[in-house]
Amino acid sequence: MDYVNKIFFVLLGLFIVLNWGLIMSGLIRKIIARIGNRIGIRIYQPYINLIKNYFTRSQISHGVMYYLGPVFRLSGGVGIFLFLPLIYGSEYWSNFSFTGDLILVSYFMFFGMLGMALGAGEGGHPYSTIGISRGLAQFTAIEVPMILAVISIAIQYQTLSITEIVAAQQGGILNWTLFTNPLATIAAMLSFLGAMGHSPFNVVMAPQENPVGPPTEYHGTFLGVLQTNRAILHVVEAIFFMNLFFGGATNWFELILKTFLIYFWSVFVGVVFPRYRVDQSISWLIKIPLVIGVLAIIFIM
Amino acid sequence: MVNKENEKDKFLAPENKVHIVIGPEGEEITVDPLKDYFCEAFPKVHEPKNRIVENFINWARAESLWVLGFGTGCGSIEIPPLLSPRYDAFRFGVAMRATPRQSSVIIISGYLSVKTLKRVIRSYEQMQNPKFVVALGSCTINGGMYWDSYNTINRLDHYMPVDVYVAGCMPRPEALLAGFESLKKRIKEGRAEGANEYATNFKWYKANQKKIIKDWNMPDYNW
Amino acid sequence: MKKIVENIKTRFKVSDVIHQRENMTFVTTGKESAIPLITWLRDYEGFSHFILLSTVDWNEDGFFQLTYLLNNPVKKVDLGIRTFILRKNAEMTSAHHLWEQVATYQREIKEMFGINFPGSPRVDESFLLEGWDDVPPMRREFDTKEYSEKTFFPRPGRESNDPATYMKSKLYPNEEK
Repeated sequence: MDYVNKIFFVLLGLFIVLNWGLIMSGLIRKIIARIGNRIGIRIYQPYINLIKNYFTRSQISHGVMYYLGPVFRLSGGVGIFLFLPLIYGSEYWSNFSFTGDLILVSYFMFFGMLGMALGAGEGGHPYSTIGISRGLAQFTAIEVPMILAVISIAIQYQTLSITEIVAAQQGGILNWTLFTNPLATIAAMLSFLGAMGHSPFNVVMAPQENPVGPPTEYHGTFLGVLQTNRAILHVVEAIFFMNLFFGGATNWFELILKTFLIYFWSVFVGVVFPRYRVDQSISWLIKIPLVIGVLAIIFIM
Repeated sequence: MVNKENEKDKFLAPENKVHIVIGPEGEEITVDPLKDYFCEAFPKVHEPKNRIVENFINWARAESLWVLGFGTGCGSIEIPPLLSPRYDAFRFGVAMRATPRQSSVIIISGYLSVKTLKRVIRSYEQMQNPKFVVALGSCTINGGMYWDSYNTINRLDHYMPVDVYVAGCMPRPEALLAGFESLKKRIKEGRAEGANEYATNFKWYKANQKKIIKDWNMPDYNW
Repeated sequence: MKKIVENIKTRFKVSDVIHQRENMTFVTTGKESAIPLITWLRDYEGFSHFILLSTVDWNEDGFFQLTYLLNNPVKKVDLGIRTFILRKNAEMTSAHHLWEQVATYQREIKEMFGINFPGSPRVDESFLLEGWDDVPPMRREFDTKEYSEKTFFPRPGRESNDPATYMKSKLYPNEEK
């Protein structure tokens, strides 16, 4: 395919993923509200929040690094999207995936958080470094079981290309990694809870805990960029997990359904459990998911 | 001349006085915090855009009201029931945010003592340009129950521009929801330009505030 | 309770013993013997709980009256010790060495009435009113209504009604006055 067509389909895919992310977050909040016997927000409320944030009339900037924080975060989210094949078997929706994109996508997941931490440190808040170091420490502990599961899968399928991993899972439900390598799936899904930013791991970003979190000082357009990134990031992380563990998607309907169910797993746990403090969450993450991840590697060998 | 300076400095906090700081290489630097650390710029007026675009943006601002979570007086006990399932303010687009940078509505619930007024002004000035003030209770209208107290203010709109008053002592949650409804109507009509009013009449508001807050240890406008 | 008062009377000069309730009594003593009396009550009679320290302003007679309320948790009785100090240059010995919370009460009284307690920790810091340089506001000579009208902008057109006459005219409109 020539490059112009490719770029057009990449941008179209990004647009679809962004819209689906915003609608999904509204839908999930509606479901959480109905669980709590409330009527809940409107499903298109995230769009209104985005429009309101992008059109604030005045803004405060604290310097170059503060400005670049949301830029890094958004580039992390878009970076994951660019190298992730969305739909298996379709030449249009495979973005720029190549052999070895498994490592690149795992790198981009951490890059966004790191960039925003650098930006938030410049925020003019005297204690923001405390919040950032807590957030980064917790995120490191979340990433370790995930990478162990990814390594286990790479050894199992003898490849580092996501497209080939999806190809190996076709042909029926029992071929999914969920059933051929359950330990890796369990380790990755437990760390997925932390990556999505819901309870019990949301002490860093929850709005009630805001004043020492990284996005405290961000407002207006900056916050709009962060919210856009959050919508994209949730969907692409769910797509990443879907490709690795749940058989990939062969059409858009299957993609939407599977990402919704995978994201719903984190919400399902989130509404029931309260928050962990950072030291509690790190000690839990190092005990159970890490051990399961190590066992996943051992059993594959 | 010396007496006037002494009078001005009577309530100045010790960390805001002119003092000498030792630099990293041992040199002595004279620091005047009121000029060096604080920004001295005044707020400016941000004009709204043209009619069609501004109507659309005002619709978005009205449907997504982010309220600062700062309970200033006894009326703040009426705000948690709003978020409970019975009255559910979330379906109207109202959400509570913890920082003044991200919120656009501040609810002044109840009386304001002089001490609280100083902090409220600090939070209000940190909010960004389209910002709205909802005044709850009779104490903000004419002093209410505490009209003859030496420590509470009587009229809120001499200290900050107010958009909606909700009368009552305390207003019920339904009354507060009706107040939000009229705030939305006012925003959609384009009449809720409190931040621009504050910038145009800045000297008058500041003179009123400084008349009662005598230990003004902050910059003139808290960016 | 009467036994406690008998014990006090043998050691200190008290007057004006008022048995208000079965478990509450007030005694009045002089300014110099107030703190020794409280110390003796805390150490020997078991009044180990300090309830509050309060002030009454007798403007016409020129006195401040300080009331220390103590409680005996074992016998469950309350005892109030009243002292009178002069209004001019009002000062009283501090009792913060007996219980730590007395320092907070003394700080509040210093700000609201102007009575100085030399030696009490943090007694000069402002308690509720920041930047107050007028007469201490709880004194009787301070007219709070006039101060409020002068400093804060009252909204014209405010009406006030006396609740009793207003309710009477509403509920029984046909009755003769």
